[in-house]
Amino acid sequence: MPSAPIPAFRLRGVEQQRAGRRTLCGVDLDLPRREVIALVGPSGAGKTSLLRLLNRLDDPTSGSVTFEEAPIDGVPIRELRRRVGFVFQTPVMFAGTVLDNLATARALSANGDMHAPPEAEVLRLAGLDESFLNREAERLSGGERQRVSLARTLMTSPQVLLLDEPTSALDPEVAEQLMATVRELAGNASVTIVMVTHRLAEARQASTHTVLLEAGKVIEAGPTATLFASPRHARTREYLLGREKLP
Amino acid sequence: MTHAASNGLIDLTWFDLVLAFALVLVAIALSSWQRLGLFRGFLIGAARAVVQLVAVGYVLAFLFATRRWYLVVVALLVMLLVATKTAMDRQRSSRGSLFGITGLAMLVGTGLTLAYVDGVVLRLHPWYDPQYVIPLFGMIVGNAMNGAALAAERLTSEMELRRGEVEAYLALGASPARAAAEPVRRSLIAALIPAVNGLMVVGLVALPGMMTGQILAGSSPNLAVRYQIMVAFMLAGAVAVTSTAMVLWYRRRFFNSAEQLATRIEV
Repeated sequence: MPSAPIPAFRLRGVEQQRAGRRTLCGVDLDLPRREVIALVGPSGAGKTSLLRLLNRLDDPTSGSVTFEEAPIDGVPIRELRRRVGFVFQTPVMFAGTVLDNLATARALSANGDMHAPPEAEVLRLAGLDESFLNREAERLSGGERQRVSLARTLMTSPQVLLLDEPTSALDPEVAEQLMATVRELAGNASVTIVMVTHRLAEARQASTHTVLLEAGKVIEAGPTATLFASPRHARTREYLLGREKLP
Repeated sequence: MTHAASNGLIDLTWFDLVLAFALVLVAIALSSWQRLGLFRGFLIGAARAVVQLVAVGYVLAFLFATRRWYLVVVALLVMLLVATKTAMDRQRSSRGSLFGITGLAMLVGTGLTLAYVDGVVLRLHPWYDPQYVIPLFGMIVGNAMNGAALAAERLTSEMELRRGEVEAYLALGASPARAAAEPVRRSLIAALIPAVNGLMVVGLVALPGMMTGQILAGSSPNLAVRYQIMVAFMLAGAVAVTSTAMVLWYRRRFFNSAEQLATRIEV
């Protein structure tokens, strides 16, 4: 009998309370390795709260999270954060040029400059050409900033990329281009990608696995194709239908 | 009434002070005329100034007469405590544990500065000579207090303002010290700029109090100037050490043991 594949993350009975509000209520979830996993659900469902647990920007109030079968709080915190990169909804540029931004991330990677990939190569992976290296980061457009933010995160050669609504501030065309980059990354760099999105079309096109959250609970999780084509749960059907009608 | 001279200084009697009070009356008259509502403020202020200074006068006279090291140390600690409390009162969010950080930073910054000036620069005998130690420490503490208050206030607002940047660093695996480097840098600049400006304009904009006092007391202007230069250097050092200690200790409050940003700053 073949053993079940080891998930990248395993959450069991995860509860979280922030500012007196329950953000996650008993989440049991396996996030498979080397997949593109979309976390979808209405706002306030706990998508970002869940994502933030995966590189320990926050900790759960109770319950357990494992990363590669090891308790996540047993992994040295800075090592974990380099192995599990986080791209924020609103990209924050560090002072200086794009190269400065990438060099900062390089300096933070485990062995200094030894193993980090060349900046130009990482920038290309994120969909920007070399000419951007000497541009002032603060002066870039929203879409370009998000790509620099992605490249900066890739500088630490993460095994997992966490994307928190990376396209929410971008116009549809730029968002579509960024998602194409994400799909390429998943294909070429064999990283696990967990992304929060409120655009169902994005989840459908870019992800291989979808998790629907509502009010801090997992409603349904499974392969994207199955979940969209034949949802098991009535709430999932309602959510998919309701959302599809939106412009 | 004749003015008796002592140490070359014109004696100032209580009657003379009544004459000086006429100047406060002018201020009161002007504020009444312009309806500033400061009548009570001026009266209470003048009364407090008299009571506080007379009390300090008695305390200093007692310290100078007894010349006991432990009494001098107690006086210094009381000054430090009052200054710490004042620095705290200026913070938007001030509670218990920030008092400890402020007090400790002030103790380190002012203590080291006074020890250096006392033991190395002036080489006082005895080391606790209250005539030097008390006024010098008063100046050190006053400036250190401003530095600590400015630094803490600025760090609180920078950490709020740059929350996203700090978290972006943390998410890349940076240490809390690295993540908060920019807020820390900006807070220290804010705290130290008054010290730099103080060095720039000393003697140009106003004659410093200590120098004025020495000149009035009959010292040669050259000696008074040398003292004032020492004071200017001393204050720059005290503010720098205090603010740095303050900011580096205070920075830790913004992070928990898992190197996460505290949701609410526990101060």
